[in-house]
Amino acid sequence: MATILVIAEHDDGQLKLATLSAVAFAKRVIAEAGGTFDILVIGDGVDLVAEALRSYGAASVLAAERPELKSPLADKHAHVIAEAARQRGSTLIVGAASTFSKDILPRGAALLDAGMLSDVVDVTCDGDDFVFRRILFAGNAIATVKLEGAVKFLTVRAAAFAPPPKGAELSRVEKLTVDAGSLPDFIVCEGREAKVAGRPDSTEARVVVSGGRAIKNAEDFERLIGGLADALGGAVGSSRALVDAGITPNSLQIGQTGKIVAPEVYFAIGMSGAIQHLAGMKDTKVIVAINKDPDAPIFEVADFGLVGDAYQVVPELIERLRN
Amino acid sequence: MKILVPLKRVPDPDTKIRIKPDGPGIELDGVKFAVNPFDAIALEEALRIEEKLGEMEVVVVSIGGEECVEQLRVGLAMGADRALLVKTSESLDSLAVAKVLAAVYRREKPDFVLMGKQAIDDDSNQAGQMLAAMLGVGQATFVSKLELIENNTKARCGRETDAGIETITVRLPAVLTTDLRLNEPRYVSLPGIMKAKKKPLEEMTPADLGVAATSRTKIFKLESPPKRKAGVRVKTVDELVDKLKNEAKVI
Ligand SMILES: Cc1cc2nc3c(=O)[nH]c(=O)nc-3n(C[C@H](O)[C@H](O)[C@H](O)COP(=O)(O)OP(=O)(O)OC[C@H]3O[C@@H](n4cnc5c(N)ncnc54)[C@H](O)[C@@H]3O)c2cc1C
Ligand SMILES: Nc1ncnc2c1ncn2[C@@H]1O[C@H](COP(=O)(O)O)[C@@H](O)[C@H]1O
Repeated sequence: MATILVIAEHDDGQLKLATLSAVAFAKRVIAEAGGTFDILVIGDGVDLVAEALRSYGAASVLAAERPELKSPLADKHAHVIAEAARQRGSTLIVGAASTFSKDILPRGAALLDAGMLSDVVDVTCDGDDFVFRRILFAGNAIATVKLEGAVKFLTVRAAAFAPPPKGAELSRVEKLTVDAGSLPDFIVCEGREAKVAGRPDSTEARVVVSGGRAIKNAEDFERLIGGLADALGGAVGSSRALVDAGITPNSLQIGQTGKIVAPEVYFAIGMSGAIQHLAGMKDTKVIVAINKDPDAPIFEVADFGLVGDAYQVVPELIERLRN
Repeated sequence: MKILVPLKRVPDPDTKIRIKPDGPGIELDGVKFAVNPFDAIALEEALRIEEKLGEMEVVVVSIGGEECVEQLRVGLAMGADRALLVKTSESLDSLAVAKVLAAVYRREKPDFVLMGKQAIDDDSNQAGQMLAAMLGVGQATFVSKLELIENNTKARCGRETDAGIETITVRLPAVLTTDLRLNEPRYVSLPGIMKAKKKPLEEMTPADLGVAATSRTKIFKLESPPKRKAGVRVKTVDELVDKLKNEAKVI
């Protein structure tokens, strides 16, 4: 029997789809081991998020709302998570593997003296015992692990758990009372970079077009990588090389230390295919590589490889797709 | 002011790891080891703060076997003032590491801890956040910009999040974890190596610090992920579009 607490992630009231992968994980565990799950939404003004999460079979959707919880600050959020887990007697606390969860969940785990596993891609139940699989060594190894202790924290890879279908029955929404006086106050949010609107997030898109060091400046990136992404209705991404060069923002980096994506198609354009980059996109269904070096390692993992100059091939490709 | 910087010994990011056929581990023969890249960035930042403020101490600490002395020497050669080795033969998970670091913190009483966001071997990305919770202090993870403000009582940090850069201020003491863009660590110089030989390196055990360092994570199998098979080369853009449309049916 498992009592699971799923931590919902949202962008100022807008549900992040990766949350549904954590829900899928919870449903999978319960189908095997029995038990129930709750979903916890933390913030200020989270009615819509809570509402959107009612049709997935949770025992309850818990809403922890306070003005102090508007920004996802780790000190306050971890405190609320630990409090909710205590109240509910949760044994598994799970979130999608994102910078939000990575920042907050380990802090919550330590508050409860619980161990944690990051980047879980599979789970099986051996009686009341769980056996997990997780990715490590920049995607070069998969470990089969057990985690001791009554309470366990986890993040799961979105690509490994497909979002569950909606059900007809609606979960009840409950307020989780948060005592403002008990909230820690170490961190103050000064602001967030304005989001570049328009294109989908690479972790949620069907098509991701990604550029590497071959791209010389931001205008070329927009014209070639952005142009191809737009022609396919996809998202853009990049290797670390372009982020370091200041050509793309950090939120575009894909890889071991950036975002993990697994779209239907990934275009790797003018990038060599370093293991740290592959770690972030290896689970893509179809990889297309465009590189002028026929020996570039990216071709070893690509389903379709085209040897050529990105500056010549990509405009041609955009042109061809537009017609 | 004193800054504590943990350094983990990890396989060099440029070496290709091989999984042992007999038991959960990686082949160690011929593997080059290095300071975890994120920890080197943390140390570089601590050294830059020391150069700016003067009258300061940067203490590096590693948890592991005797071989971690190698990474501590690198840290000292880069410019750290003093090194601590917490000796254990067990491989520890992030919760156990955080417990040991909390004990080191209580002994050393630094003004803050600067450490890597993630160890590139276990890829856990947990120890810093756990340490902050155990100490009951604030945290700033994935820091790519750092500035000490208000008489060094607070840190203003730019954090790399999935949505872009977030700016927060956190009261010190705190645990700050580094991202790749914070700085470029300096190379170790020959004079640095010579000087490092004279710097203090103290060894202790978790028991000396009064902590039981045991891992809750039990790995009992390590496998290589399924290999992607190399696909086909196409000669033209037309051929590529045709394959994607009609063969793979993805566009
Ligand atoms: C701790 C650590 C973490 C890291 N994390 C990440 C990570 O998360 N994500 C990541 O991406 N990297 C990461 N890296 C960096 C990684 O090791 C590589 O350095 C990086 O991915 C290389 O980027 P690139 O392929 O764009 O550039 P390069 O390796 O320089 O490759 C450029 C490629 O472009 C080709 N090319 C050049 N001009 C053209 C042209 N006109 N047309 C077509 N092709 C052309 C070249 O043939 C070459 O293959 C990390 C490194 C470390 C040490
Ligand atoms: N054995 C260790 N010795 C020293 N520092 C460590 C050790 N393990 C982890 N750390 C620190 O904790 C950070 C995060 O590690 P992890 O949670 O394992 O990804 C690393 O970047 C190091 O700064």
